[in-house]
Amino acid sequence: MRWVKQTYNWLESRLQLEAPVKDAMLHPVPRNTASWWYVFGSAAFTLLILQVVTGILLALVYVPSAAGAWNSLNMLNHQLPLGWFLRAMHGWGSNFMVAIVLIHMAQVFMFGSYKYPRELTWILGVFLLLMTLGMAFTGQVLRFDQDAYWGLGIGASIAGRVPFIGRQLVHLMLGGPIIAGATLTRFFALHVFIIPGLLLLFVGMHVWMVLKLGISEWPMPGRAVRRSTYVAEYSKLTHEDGIPFVPGAFWKDLFFSGAVVAAVVVCAAVFGPYGPTGRPDPTIIQTVPKPDFFFLWIYAVLSYLPPNLETPFLLIAPVLAIAGLVALPFMAGEGEKSWHRRPIAVLTLVTVAVMWGVFTNLATQTPWSPQMNAWSADTVPVRYLQALTPVERRGAVVFQAMQCRNCHAIGGKGGERGPALDSVATRLTEDQLIRQVVQGGGNMPAYGKSLSPSQITALVSFLDTLHPHNQPEAKNSAEHSTAAIPGEPGTKDTVTTKATSPPQTAGAATGN
Amino acid sequence: MTDTVHEEHQAPQDDPKVVSRRWLLLKAGALFNAVVGIAVAVPVVRYLLGPVRGKNFYNSWVSLGPLDQFPAGETRLATYMNPYNHPWDGATDKTACWVRHVPGASFQVFAINCAHLGCPVRWFPQSKLFMCPCHGGVYYADGARASGPPERGLFQYKYKVVKNELHIYAGQMPTLANSASLRILNNTGSKGCSSCAG
Repeated sequence: MRWVKQTYNWLESRLQLEAPVKDAMLHPVPRNTASWWYVFGSAAFTLLILQVVTGILLALVYVPSAAGAWNSLNMLNHQLPLGWFLRAMHGWGSNFMVAIVLIHMAQVFMFGSYKYPRELTWILGVFLLLMTLGMAFTGQVLRFDQDAYWGLGIGASIAGRVPFIGRQLVHLMLGGPIIAGATLTRFFALHVFIIPGLLLLFVGMHVWMVLKLGISEWPMPGRAVRRSTYVAEYSKLTHEDGIPFVPGAFWKDLFFSGAVVAAVVVCAAVFGPYGPTGRPDPTIIQTVPKPDFFFLWIYAVLSYLPPNLETPFLLIAPVLAIAGLVALPFMAGEGEKSWHRRPIAVLTLVTVAVMWGVFTNLATQTPWSPQMNAWSADTVPVRYLQALTPVERRGAVVFQAMQCRNCHAIGGKGGERGPALDSVATRLTEDQLIRQVVQGGGNMPAYGKSLSPSQITALVSFLDTLHPHNQPEAKNSAEHSTAAIPGEPGTKDTVTTKATSPPQTAGAATGN
Repeated sequence: MTDTVHEEHQAPQDDPKVVSRRWLLLKAGALFNAVVGIAVAVPVVRYLLGPVRGKNFYNSWVSLGPLDQFPAGETRLATYMNPYNHPWDGATDKTACWVRHVPGASFQVFAINCAHLGCPVRWFPQSKLFMCPCHGGVYYADGARASGPPERGLFQYKYKVVKNELHIYAGQMPTLANSASLRILNNTGSKGCSSCAG
C-alpha cells in the first residue's frame, strides 16, 4: 500500500488541503450542539447534491423544447431503463429538500440561532429558501405538461398585475407574447444554470460562516446574547465544554443524511415519478390545473382573497414577508435565545405552521372550485325523488341539467362552492328560493336569463321538497294566511313573473 | 522521498516610491475594466429585454375559419395558430378562444383565459355560464363576471368578418396588463374595476 501513501503525499503537497480540512473537521463545537436537532442543515446540503446529480443525469435525456419536452419525459418514464426512477428521485428529492429547508429554518428560528453574530448566515438562508422554492417552481415548469402550462399562465397573470410595467414583465417572463417554446427555454436556463449557480455560491458562503462563526450553542433560558460579550462567551464555551465536530456531532449528521436519502429512494421506488400529466396543448381545455404540494397554500389564498384586495396582496405581501425575514436578525439580534423566554416567536411559528397546514389542506379539497363534471357524473339520489309530483321531478331534471350540482352538493355529492342543498327548504322560503335562483347573489350567478319561467317554477318546487321529514319547510310568516298551496301551478307562475321582472342586476344584464 | 513544493513565503515589501505608481496602474486597470464591463453589459441587457415589445407588436388579424362554424345563438370553442410562433413551439403555438354568435349577426370572441389568473374557462350551454376550474370564477354568456374571484369580465378580442370568415385581432396572452389591446367589456357587475380593465 505504499503507492497509496505516495500518491496522497504527491497530491497533498500540491493541493495542501489537509490543514484546512482538518481545521474544519476538528474545530471544537459546544457539547450540547451534538444533538439530533442540528442535523437539518447538513441534510439539506446532502439533498442539494442529490438534486444536482440526478438533475445532471436527467439532463442527459431531457429535451428543453416545447415540442419535445413532454415526449422526452414520457420516454424517460416508459422506455429508458430506470428513467422513471431517476425522475422519481429528482421529484421526491425536490419535495424532501423544500421540507428539510423549511424545518431547518424553523429550528434555527426556534433556537434563536439567527442572533448576533450569525445575522448574515440567516439572511443568506432566507435567500437559499427562496432559491429552493424557485427551483421547485421552475422544475415544475420543466415537467412541461398541462399543469406546467397553466401554472405559467397563473404566473403571467400575476406578473400582469404589476402596475406600469406589467406587460413588459409578462413578455420578459414568457420570452414572448404567449407561453411557448421561448418560455420553456428560459425556465430551463433558470432551473439548470442561473438558480443552481447562485444556490451553490450562497450555500458555500452559508457553510463558510457556520465554520467561521461556530455552530450556535444550545439555547439556555437566562443566557442572553450580548454583542459585547458573546464572542468571548462562545469561545469559552467551546473550549471548556466543547468536543471536536468530527466525530462528536458529525456522526448524527451522517446518519440523518443517509436516512433522508434512503427515504427519497423509498418514496421514489414506491410512489414513482410525478407526471407528466396531459400533453401541454392549450386547445385541450378539459383540465383542472393544480400546483405542486408546496405551492398549494398560495393556490388556496388566491381563491379566498376578495377581488379588490387581490392585486395589492399579491404584489405587497411577498415583499413584506421577505423584508420581515431579512430584518428579523436586526430587530432581534440580541437577547434570549431560548424558546422558554420567547413566547411571541413560538406563537408566530405555530401560527404560520397552522395557517400553512390549513391552507394546504383546503387546497387539496378545493371547496371553492366548481366540480366541472358533477352535473353529469352523479344522479339525484332516489330517496329525494320518491313521492314527487311531475313538476317537482322536472325540477330535479332542471337541477341536474343546469349544472347546479357543480357548486351545490346533494346527497353528499357535488361541488362545495355553494351550500349543500339537502335541507335547503328549511332555510329558504319559496319566494326566497325564487329570488336566489333568478337574481343570484352571495357569490351565486343569476339564472334569470338562462332559465325559462317554467323551469324556475319546476326547480323551485323541487328545491322546496328538500327538507328532512321531521323538519318543516321554511314559511314566510307575513304571508302565512295567503300562502301558496304547494303544487298549484297558477299561484306559482304569478310569483315567478313577479320575481322575474326586476332582475336588471349584477353583470347579468349587459348583453349587447 | 519528500516532495517539497510549498515553502513559507513572505509578503514582499514594496518600495514606498514605487507603490503609488503601481496603485495608479491598478486603478487605471480597474477603470479600464469598468468601461469594458459596461460595453459588455449594455448589449446583454438589451438582449435580455429582447422579448419586451410594444403594445401591439405581437398582435395581428387571425382567421378563426368560416362563419358557418359558429351557428347563431351558440357559443363554440375555436382555435387558431398564434401569429407569432416558432417551429419548436410544439402544440403551444395554438390558442383556444370562445366565439359567441349573438343572433343578429354580431359576435363576441372571448379569451380562453380566466380574468382572475388565466386558467382555461369552460362553457356550459345548458346554464349559459363560463366556469373556471381553478378558483371558481364564473361568467355569464356575454362574458360579464357572475361570481368568484375575477375582478372583471372575460377578455374579448376585436373581430371583423372578411370574405365570410371570422377574423380576430390576437397574438398575446391576455392579462390585466395588456387587455388594452383587447376590447373592454362594459362590466357593471364588479366594483372598482375601471382602473384594472385598462
